[in-house]
Amino acid sequence: MIHVENLTKTYGTTTVLNIPTLEIPKGQSFGLVGNNGAGKTTFFSLLLDLIQPSTGKITSNGIEISSSEAWKPFTASFIDETFLIGYLTPEEYFYFIGDLRGWNKADVDTFLSPFADFFNDEILNKKKYIRDLSKGNSKKVGVIAALMGNPEVIILDEPFANLDPTTQIRLKKIIKDLAASKEVTILVSSHDLQHTVEVSNRIVALDKGSIVKDLQTNAETMKELEAFFSKETAML
Amino acid sequence: MFNHFFTLEWKSFVRSASFSTNLFLKIVMVLGALYFIAVFTFLGIGLYYLLEKNNLDPFATVNRFLLYYVLIDLIIRFFLQKIPVLNIRPLLPLPISKNTIVGYTLGKTIVSFFNWVHLFFLMPFSFVLLSKGFSTIGVVSWSIGILALILVNNFLNILSANKEVLLYGLGFIILSISGLQYFQIIDSTLYTTSFFNILYSSPLSVLLPLLALVILSVITFMFYKRNLSLDAGLSIKQKEAQTENLTWLNQFGTLGTFLKNDIKLIKRNKRSRSTIFMSVLFIFYGLLFFSGSIETYEGPLWRIFAGLFVTGGFLFTFGQFVPSWDSAYYPLMMSQNIQYRDYLNSKWWLMVIATVCSTLLSSFYLYFGWEVYLAIVVGAIYNIGVNAHIVLWAGAYIKTPIDLSKNKNVFGDKQAFNLKSILLTIPKILLPMALYGIGHYLYGPNMGYLIVALAGVMGYAFKNKVFSIIENIYKTEKYKTLAAYKQKN
Repeated sequence: MIHVENLTKTYGTTTVLNIPTLEIPKGQSFGLVGNNGAGKTTFFSLLLDLIQPSTGKITSNGIEISSSEAWKPFTASFIDETFLIGYLTPEEYFYFIGDLRGWNKADVDTFLSPFADFFNDEILNKKKYIRDLSKGNSKKVGVIAALMGNPEVIILDEPFANLDPTTQIRLKKIIKDLAASKEVTILVSSHDLQHTVEVSNRIVALDKGSIVKDLQTNAETMKELEAFFSKETAML
Repeated sequence: MFNHFFTLEWKSFVRSASFSTNLFLKIVMVLGALYFIAVFTFLGIGLYYLLEKNNLDPFATVNRFLLYYVLIDLIIRFFLQKIPVLNIRPLLPLPISKNTIVGYTLGKTIVSFFNWVHLFFLMPFSFVLLSKGFSTIGVVSWSIGILALILVNNFLNILSANKEVLLYGLGFIILSISGLQYFQIIDSTLYTTSFFNILYSSPLSVLLPLLALVILSVITFMFYKRNLSLDAGLSIKQKEAQTENLTWLNQFGTLGTFLKNDIKLIKRNKRSRSTIFMSVLFIFYGLLFFSGSIETYEGPLWRIFAGLFVTGGFLFTFGQFVPSWDSAYYPLMMSQNIQYRDYLNSKWWLMVIATVCSTLLSSFYLYFGWEVYLAIVVGAIYNIGVNAHIVLWAGAYIKTPIDLSKNKNVFGDKQAFNLKSILLTIPKILLPMALYGIGHYLYGPNMGYLIVALAGVMGYAFKNKVFSIIENIYKTEKYKTLAAYKQKN
C-alpha cells in the first residue's frame, strides 16, 4: 500500500529522516515508536505532503504523494490540533469532514452513534465550540473524524497522548477492531511502547531519523523494544 | 527587566515568518507617520498666522475647536491604535512582579505615535504663542493640560477595548456632542473654550486634567492587574455554541460545504466579523464623495474611486486574507479531500454575494442621481470581474497567520482592521481610475464607465485562467505557507 524509497529530509546539514526503503502492505497495523526528535512526526508529515522530501519519494496505492493529490480521497489523518476547526461545534466539524468525504448528515449520525461511550457524553450536544474543549476531548474529536468516510489509510500521530486511561483503553479497542478488518492500513505513532505494541502487528523503531528496529509483533516484542530503548539510556 | 521585554519583542518581530512583508509595511507606515509629523508641524507653526490673517483671535479660536481636536483624536484611536500585546502567559510563573508586567504593557502605549505626534503641533504652536507675548507659565500649563487630555484618551481607548460599556458610552457622548452642535441646540465648545482659557489664565487649573490622567491611569493599571490571571483576563471567554446546519446550502454541493464553513467563520470570530462592519462602513463612505461635502472629491476620477469602495468593502477586507483566514487549520485543508478550485470558488462566491448585496443596499445613492448610482454599479462590475481575482491572487502570497481566537482575551490584539489592510487596497483602485480617466477625458463620462465595466466583464472571462494561476501559487507555495502558518505570531 505504502512504499517508501530513498526518503530523506534534511534541514541545513542535519538529516532528520533517512529511510532507504520501507514497505507497508495493505491492511497492516503499523506502529511507529521512537524518542523525541526521532522523526516520527516528520515521517507522517511527509506522508501527508505537509513538508517536502529532500530526496526520494513515497507512493501510496501507486500514487506519488508529493506530485499528485489523488491520495487525498482515501487517506485520513489526525496529527495535531491544526487538524481541527476551532470555531465549529464537534457536530459541525464531523458533518464538514463527512461532506468532504461524500457522506450526508444521516451517514455521519449513523457512524457516530457507536462512539457514544468513547465520547463519554462530553462531546456531542454540549453547546461548545471545539476551541473551548479540553485537550483530551478535542483529540477525541480529531481521532474519530479521521476514521470517517471509509479511508484506506489512516494516520494518527500520538493518538494516546492527553487521553484519560479509560479513553486510552477504548481507543485501543477501536483501532484493534479496525485493524482486524484487514481493509484499512493504520499508521500510529507513540512514545508509549505498551500502547503501540498492543494495537499494531508491526512495530518500527526510529532513532535519529533511521529505522533501527522492524519487528512483527509477538510475545517478545515488548521485551526487545524495552531492551533497545534502555540500552540507549545506558549509552548516555 | 524592561530590557528583557524589549528584547523579547524585538525577537518576535524579527523572527516572524511575515517579517519581510511586515518590514515593507512598516516602511510605508513610517513614511505615513513622517507625513503626519510634517502636517502637524506646519500646522503648529502656521496656524496662528493663518487665523490672524482671517481676522480671528488665534488663541480663542484654537481653544474653541480643541474639544473636537481631542474627540477626533479619540475616534482615530478607536480605529487605528493597537492595543498592546505582550505574550503574558509564559511570564506569569517567572519571578517577575505583576506590577512590572502591567507597567511595561501600559508604558508601551504611552510612547505610541498617537501620543507623541501631538507634540509636533503643540510645541511649535506654544513657541509662536510665546513669541507673541503670551505668558510663559500660562502657555506651559495650557500645553501640559492638553497633553494630559491626549494621554487620558490613550487610557480611555485601552479601557474601552475591554469594557464595552465604556466604548458605547463614549460613542454616545461623542455622537450627542456633535449632534447637538450640528443641529445648533447646544454648542458644547462654548463651555470647553472657557476651560481651555482657564488653563492659560490660571495655571494652577492644570492640576485638574493631570488629576484625571492619574486617576485614569491608576484605574487602567488596576484593571489590567486584576485581570492578570489565567481565569480572568487571560482566560478565553466561552460562549454557548449553537450547532447550525445551514441545510439550504446543501444544494450547492461542495461549494455549499465551504460556504457553510465560511459563514460560520465570519459569524463566530470577532476578527472576521469586523469585515462585515467594514463593508457597511464603506457603503456610507461614498457619501463623502457624492454629497459634495468635500471639495477635492468633486473630480470625475473620484466617482469611480467611490464606486469601487462603496461596493468593495467586504471584498477588500476579507478577500486579501484568503487563505490566511484558514491558517489555524491549514494542514487539515491541505490533507483533506479538497480541491483547491472548490476552495477558491467558495471564497470567490462569498465575495460576489457580498458585492452584489452592497450594490443593492447602496441603491439609496439614487437620491443623488442616476449618474452616481451608475458609477457604483460600474464599480461593482469591476470589483467582481477584476478585483476579486487580484485580491485572491495577492492573498496567496500573504503568509501572515490569523489567530482567530486571539481577540477573545483582555490582553489580546483587538485590532480587527489596521493600516496594512488599507494600504494593500491601493493598487486595486488606481487601475480602474486610470481606465476611467482615459475614457472620460477622451470621450466623456459614459465612455469612461463603459471602459471600466468592459474591463470588469473581460476580467470575468479570465476567471478560469486566473484560478489556475492561483491554484499553482497555492501548490508551489504550499510548504512555505504551511511553515509560516505554524508560527502563531
